[in-house]
Amino acid sequence: MHVPDGFLNAPTSVATGAVAAAGVAVALRKAQNELDERTAPLAGLTAAFVFAVQMLNFPVGIGTSGHLMGGALAAVLVGPWTAVLCLSVVLLVQGLLFADGGLTALGTNISLIGITTVVAGWVVTRTVLAVLPKRPASVVPASAIGALVSVPVAALVFVLLFSVGGEASLSIGALTASMLGWHTLIGIGEAVITGLTVSAVVAVRPDLVYAARGLRAPLQLRRPDGTLVPADAPAPALAARGSAKPLLIGGGLVALALAGIVSFFASSDPDGLEYVAEGEGFLATARDHAFGGFALADYGEVGGIPVGVAGVLGVAVVVAVGVVLFRVLGGRSAAPARQEEAVR
Amino acid sequence: MSGGHGHSLYRPGDSPAHRLPAHVKLLALLTFVLVVVATPREQYWAFGAYAVLLGVVAAVARVPAGVIVRRMVVELPFVVFALLLPIVSQGPRVDVLGLSLSEHGLLTGWNILAKGSLGVVASILLAATTDVRALLAGLQRLRVPDRLVEIASFMIRYADVVTGDMRRMRIARESRGFEARHLGHARVVAQGAGALFVRSYERGERVHLAMLSRGYAGAMPLTSTADVSRADWLRGAALPLAAAVVALTAVLT
Repeated sequence: MHVPDGFLNAPTSVATGAVAAAGVAVALRKAQNELDERTAPLAGLTAAFVFAVQMLNFPVGIGTSGHLMGGALAAVLVGPWTAVLCLSVVLLVQGLLFADGGLTALGTNISLIGITTVVAGWVVTRTVLAVLPKRPASVVPASAIGALVSVPVAALVFVLLFSVGGEASLSIGALTASMLGWHTLIGIGEAVITGLTVSAVVAVRPDLVYAARGLRAPLQLRRPDGTLVPADAPAPALAARGSAKPLLIGGGLVALALAGIVSFFASSDPDGLEYVAEGEGFLATARDHAFGGFALADYGEVGGIPVGVAGVLGVAVVVAVGVVLFRVLGGRSAAPARQEEAVR
Repeated sequence: MSGGHGHSLYRPGDSPAHRLPAHVKLLALLTFVLVVVATPREQYWAFGAYAVLLGVVAAVARVPAGVIVRRMVVELPFVVFALLLPIVSQGPRVDVLGLSLSEHGLLTGWNILAKGSLGVVASILLAATTDVRALLAGLQRLRVPDRLVEIASFMIRYADVVTGDMRRMRIARESRGFEARHLGHARVVAQGAGALFVRSYERGERVHLAMLSRGYAGAMPLTSTADVSRADWLRGAALPLAAAVVALTAVLT
């Protein structure tokens, strides 16, 4: 998804560059709260981790493989602001040292991969966490759903940028449909890997997972007679739990706003498509040309329906993945409980 | 992976392009790419002229053409997209070799292909002639926030270490007969990624403690303060100025 030079026109590139610079500047200030003065080494090592994980290929289907974008994963593990910094640095290094992603498109790439996926992934994760029971294991399905949503959202923002500053006459409706379709699929892979990776970290070092802070059960001591007595709960943990509430409410509001924008997008698409189709005489020629049977041409022909279908499909997939992950997770967290019984 | 103090794309040398200060080269590259992106796509000759300019730079920097071509594979995904555009775009169509292609799509595909390739080649030339430390110092001199440069420097220094960690885990998996074949195997790979994160993060904590024990107080000392001569600026400006002349001619004709 690295955008090269010349994909968007110069004004759009400059505008996204300004957005990226502003985003990184805010992240620089806020990341101090997440990591204090340890920011440089820890964020640097996390960036190296993201860089390495992006090289990690996982098989998607017959003969093909995909790789992680890592925005949601980094946000869940080290916090959103540090994650923005890490991904921006990865993109900067990839652009400068590996010629991966154009220099004028650096702002676009940071806005899309560095900021959009992180923010979308984080907001969705926090929102889902607010609904789930308060324990560290809840971070796993929440992060998976966050990762799943983050990819199509980035694709939507890309379509938006492309419709403003793209240099092609693709119908925006068809582009939206195909981008959403493909990136929902990619998002599933991202969700599976993100969820499993987070579950591996939660199992070993739940204290390292930023999104799991304040979710750990208070320490309890078991008396010889079997009764449980709360140990002196550390004050910071309680404070952290108290301060999480406004963040959750804010996250929920942002998610609502996001949903509003996305649904606006979906409902306005058929109009835009019809307009383009009429203007370009596309509806009349669609049946005639040699590639009338081409998959993308079909998207245009049936109008706005695929967009709606993609949306419904996306929601269905979110629910399905959530249910599956919940089952997997239920089996997992039940195991220690059984062990406990056996010990007793 | 090339260990030690370089990255695999740097080609040590002592050409005029190597000697130019990094921030001059960075600015020259950025200006050049901006000029290329702003050039109207119908002026086909202008892109040929840009390619010639980059060829001259490559010759001065003594970077072989084969190296550049081999490194251009990073733009492959977008080449595929550019080649698809004439097929899926709308508008008036022309027949080329029996295929009905969109005129506008052809033009757009060409636009992405030409500008993207020029940008990639220019970036390859920068990476091939600039040492990592010089590049980081260059970013610092261009007023990129110190914190960001520090993160980038840690990332570059430890990228090989972390990738090496990951490679050892893969070798360990494969020596036990594991091979990822379908999505069901993702759990194993993801557990490796989780372990990799814990190792990286803990390494970061150790690095921080080591820095503190050596007197780190929140900022890295600036090591290079060499001044840039007027001649260096002029030499660095040669490429973007030539490109600007080409672009101006292209816009005016």
